[in-house]
Amino acid sequence: MPDYSETDNLDAQVVRVIAQTQRIPAGNISLDSTFEELKIDSLDGINIVFALENEFGINIPDEGVQNLRSIRETVEGVRKLVEEKSQTVPPGAA
Amino acid sequence: MNRVAVTGLGLVCALGNSVAECWPRLAAGESRINRMRDPGSPPYKFQNGAEAWDFRPLDHFTEKEMDILERFAQLAVVAAREAVAQSGLQFQDGLGDRTAIVTGTSVGGQFAEEQGYVRLYRENNPRVAPLTIPRTMSNAGASRISLEFGIHGPTYTISTACSSSNHALGQAFWMVRSGQVIAAVAGGSEAVFAEGLLRAWEAMRVVSTDVCRPFSADRRGLSLGEGAGMVVLENWDRAKARGVEILGEIVGFGMSSDGHHITQPCVEGPARAMDWALRDAAIAPEQIDYVNAHGTGTQANDVTESRAIRSVFRQKADSLLVSSTKSMHGHTLGAAGAIEAIATLLALRHGLAPPTANFTRPDPACDLDVVPNHARSASLELAISNTFAFGGLNATLVLKRV
Repeated sequence: MPDYSETDNLDAQVVRVIAQTQRIPAGNISLDSTFEELKIDSLDGINIVFALENEFGINIPDEGVQNLRSIRETVEGVRKLVEEKSQTVPPGAA
Repeated sequence: MNRVAVTGLGLVCALGNSVAECWPRLAAGESRINRMRDPGSPPYKFQNGAEAWDFRPLDHFTEKEMDILERFAQLAVVAAREAVAQSGLQFQDGLGDRTAIVTGTSVGGQFAEEQGYVRLYRENNPRVAPLTIPRTMSNAGASRISLEFGIHGPTYTISTACSSSNHALGQAFWMVRSGQVIAAVAGGSEAVFAEGLLRAWEAMRVVSTDVCRPFSADRRGLSLGEGAGMVVLENWDRAKARGVEILGEIVGFGMSSDGHHITQPCVEGPARAMDWALRDAAIAPEQIDYVNAHGTGTQANDVTESRAIRSVFRQKADSLLVSSTKSMHGHTLGAAGAIEAIATLLALRHGLAPPTANFTRPDPACDLDVVPNHARSASLELAISNTFAFGGLNATLVLKRV
């Protein structure tokens, strides 16, 4: 699995997943883009969340999904879940 | 009661991507039942099918649209676009609210469903794709047609196996005739070449290892096909008033249930559907010139359908032209009624009964003029189109030349 500790890498990765799912060029997406601007509706949203979960090996809770409005919020949400995951040391893996 | 005009036709099947592409092949008796592109692994017992060979989804939809539209829904939408374009209808100024959409499909979004099962049961991955529900739902085509054209009247989908789209056309016809709606987009679609479904048909032992040869003594079963047929139905007076070309008329519809056996056909059920359709049209059996038969090419169907036709038409059965166009475009299950109703309307329009292709030699148990291999020119005024579904559900439309 790639290393997401570098901020730029994670940003770019989230943008790439959203671009692929929405079938739009990654260049059309900036951190400041809102879902509304990108014409991402609720159905697109569940598709994107599914793809992000697959990409990062995380579990995005339903209540978190409903509040997402922008790429920046999405990146921050993903970063938080990735960090939480990295802090969870599997038993016996010291 | 209002007369019901047909003002648009749309067709996608093994014979082509439009009415203009399909009709010359129907008229020429050209069977497009060929070797399936995927022979299966291990190979299916049958190797022939009637895929929509020339249908390329990317010619009609963006990748994003295809993510949400399954193949059966894509076929429905493309056929509806052709039919609506021909009708010239714009669903503005309240017409959209008074227009219905009724579609038929037997299995709906089979590919998406099977992909979900592959994940679950083959890959042991419990994460099924999030668009599986809207992709598999049988009304996906109807709903997309509503969205695309701004049609907001009664919209629903009927699933009655091989009678699905004949039931859909009949329901839409009755709605326009009664004045419940002014117009309707109706028909059906099916995409059958999904592995699980093909294995299920294989196990039924009704698919021909040869090609489909309806009414022929050496027939060995049906050939599966995919495709869609859609028509625009319209209040006759309104169609006349706006000066659009009227392509044909639906004058009657009848249906029945065998209540006999879940898969074995009987004579009485189909006969009742034909009889009710003629009564609904207030037409005597002697007036019918052409029958587009259900004609699947199975031993059982073709014998019972021949007997049912004899029981309804009596002496007239000797001079009736009866053909099964399934010999060319395959058995398209939920789309069969719509595709064959369109073939029937075209036959009336051109004064040419399309043949039963792949015919080799007569079966004494199917003692009708089945128009073997070569189309027949004739003055055709009135015709019926039959579908008889597994489950014993029968439907017959009565169509009239304009």
